[in-house]
Amino acid sequence: MSANRRDFLVRLMQGATLASTGGLGWAYLLRQEARAQPFALRPPGALPDDDFNAACIKCGQCVVACPFDTLKLEAAGGNLPIGMPFFEPRQIPCYLCPSIPCMKACPTGALSPKLKNINDSRMGLAVIDTENCLSWKGLRCEICHRECPIKGKAITLETHPRQISKHAMFIPVVHSDACTGCGICVRACPTTEPAIRILPHALIQGKIGDHYRLGWTREDSITQEFDATGAAPTIAVPTNAPSGPVKGSAADYLNGGL
Amino acid sequence: MRTAQDSSHDLSQRSLAQRVWSWRYIVLRRLSQFVTLLLFFGTIHWGWEVAKDVPLLSGNLSGSKFIGLIPMADPFAVLQIFLAGHVLQTEAILGSVIVLGFYSLIGGRVFCSWACPVNPVTDLAGWLRVRFDIRPTFILLRNTRYFVLALTLILSVLTGVAAFEWVSPVGMAHREILFGLGFGATVLLAIFLFDLFILKHGWCGHLCPLGAFWSLVGKVNPTLRVRFDKTTCTHCGECAKVCPEPQVLNLKLLEEKGFVFFGECSNCGRCTPVCPEGSLVFDFKPLIRAHNAQAQGSVSVSEAQRRV
Repeated sequence: MSANRRDFLVRLMQGATLASTGGLGWAYLLRQEARAQPFALRPPGALPDDDFNAACIKCGQCVVACPFDTLKLEAAGGNLPIGMPFFEPRQIPCYLCPSIPCMKACPTGALSPKLKNINDSRMGLAVIDTENCLSWKGLRCEICHRECPIKGKAITLETHPRQISKHAMFIPVVHSDACTGCGICVRACPTTEPAIRILPHALIQGKIGDHYRLGWTREDSITQEFDATGAAPTIAVPTNAPSGPVKGSAADYLNGGL
Repeated sequence: MRTAQDSSHDLSQRSLAQRVWSWRYIVLRRLSQFVTLLLFFGTIHWGWEVAKDVPLLSGNLSGSKFIGLIPMADPFAVLQIFLAGHVLQTEAILGSVIVLGFYSLIGGRVFCSWACPVNPVTDLAGWLRVRFDIRPTFILLRNTRYFVLALTLILSVLTGVAAFEWVSPVGMAHREILFGLGFGATVLLAIFLFDLFILKHGWCGHLCPLGAFWSLVGKVNPTLRVRFDKTTCTHCGECAKVCPEPQVLNLKLLEEKGFVFFGECSNCGRCTPVCPEGSLVFDFKPLIRAHNAQAQGSVSVSEAQRRV
């Protein structure tokens, strides 16, 4: 092998080594940054986690457009991906502008223009700490319910009866099908640390799974097929009867093993 | 060529007025960098508007909107986002085309020395290096930046995020000036120290993939360039001493073209006032061509006369 060629190959390998190690370190950094994402509350219309990570150009035009100074850009060294918009509802919640100026300001579509009605936004979901909620302690607080911009749908009140001589409890209940995650309730909560919080859906929402049949819901096929006035349901009902022919008395059968 | 009467030819004997005049481009560049930041800052913090609810210049260098009409976007960031797998909205694409068109029309890395907020920091490091005579300790290929650029694009595809935008010291510093301080100031300090003690013009001249991107763009259709007069040049080398990208002042190649044609030239204008002969001057490309043709003509005439 000529010295020139050898030199070239060594240089090539040196370059490749530098590029791949550097690239791996760099990619690791990016992954670490991206993993912080699930804890962020994003502006209305934000795409799902990974898509938002890819799409946001970190220009801050949503921040400028927000009339309430709700939105902030994460500085480097914080807990969230660098330079992306987020908000902290305890400081300033999202006041749900019907015109959605932040989404309209977004040049890349990271805040999706598919969001037409601000009440359809899902920035997060409110959860209540039942141990520290004043309503759960039996006090007539319910501030979160009263402040909720979609009250009666996103937060409803349930009455729980209590012991004699004390009044009933009025318990705020959050409904994920209507809660936008605006965080106005978090801002309003009078406890020292808010007993109601907004969390990204992925952190709190479970999933039942498709194999459960809830017999009392209308979608369930067995309940729908049942017709009280018509013929008996043709569903095979399992019995405990022994499958083979029974010989002798029941006592003999039961004691047969002895 | 040198004449004793004209003191501007000897750099050390320039009068104060001449010296101040020789700083014209650095003053203009700092002004341009400052005004760029100020327009963003004023819009964010002081609510500068041209009309009600029409912000003056909303956003930052990654993406912005001027007077609510003209979208602008960093084409390098847009490219990374596209490679990361996001189909961009028209506004970002239009914005990047506008910015790309603007800079490729001017030519060179004009962004780097006239708009980038990191430039004053690395300029200061470079100036201090000369001032305290800090010798080079470490050598790196100038072309490293093109490999970093390639790596940026590959990693954007592989990781699904805009690889440079997520770690860019340029973006961090810029955003944190505009939107509030954080760790980015430390990164800026690191770049400063790296440039000062480890590698001269290390970040801007060797590593920054954004600069590499603008170098490639700046090659396409340069209009405003530094004209080079081979007839007056004495090869004294003053220009290369102050140039942050001295490889672009390859005089042999410049003699053929008649102007600094490299994309890596950032049109910073440092070389023009230091040239004792005035051989390096900012000019527009058509004018450069005309000038060079004329100079060529006058040379051949004088040579012809000599022969006679």
